[in-house]
Amino acid sequence: MIRVQREDFDPAAELARFSGNGAIGGVCLFLGLVRDYVGEANARRQDVTAMTLEHYPGMTEKQLAAIEAEARRRWPLEDALIVHRHGRLEAGERIVLVATASAHREAAFQSCHFLIDWLKTKAPFWKVEHTAHGDTWVEARDSDDALAARWEKG
Amino acid sequence: MKVLYFAWLRAKVGTGEETVVPPEDVADVAALVEWLRSLSPGHAEALADLAVVRVAVNQDYVGLDAPVRPGDEVAFFPPVTGG
Repeated sequence: MIRVQREDFDPAAELARFSGNGAIGGVCLFLGLVRDYVGEANARRQDVTAMTLEHYPGMTEKQLAAIEAEARRRWPLEDALIVHRHGRLEAGERIVLVATASAHREAAFQSCHFLIDWLKTKAPFWKVEHTAHGDTWVEARDSDDALAARWEKG
Repeated sequence: MKVLYFAWLRAKVGTGEETVVPPEDVADVAALVEWLRSLSPGHAEALADLAVVRVAVNQDYVGLDAPVRPGDEVAFFPPVTGG
């Protein structure tokens, strides 16, 4: 299931959807938050106060649904959930939740990892970071491309 | 044909969405980009370096050789940074 929304979400409440299905033996959850600094480490602290996520309504849902379908093709999933926010988010706020459920943990871990890696390079979202020094569009990272590429099938 | 721009491309073009009627010989993305560049300095600047621009036709990623037709929705945007 895919949801793209401006409002916050409650991770505990989202996990409730995985109860009641006796075939599920393991659930893996990834939660993405807004960092309060720019760069690779706190050593380069630059006080990001907030960010704004823009997206492409319609294509976002289409791409997320395609990514979820690909995960379901590759792993025996009982259920999957992607919730992604857009709009202005303050430092520390939740951005994205990816959760997968399967009979055994390995499929849940791997598919969750796959979903967040592919989402980051395929779902049409763009971030602007708001800092004391002004607003900056976040640039795509080669490292994210590399992380996504390891899931490409040769 | 509807053309959409996102993130910094929208800022450079000056609008996020426009309806255009390209000449009939504009049949693929590469030709469309060439024609859009001629519309204004903002268009030319936004589409100057295609290495930092991604293209979608009808909400699917495509390459520069993809066909475009009247009625299509064509979007230009930077590499994505969600998650």
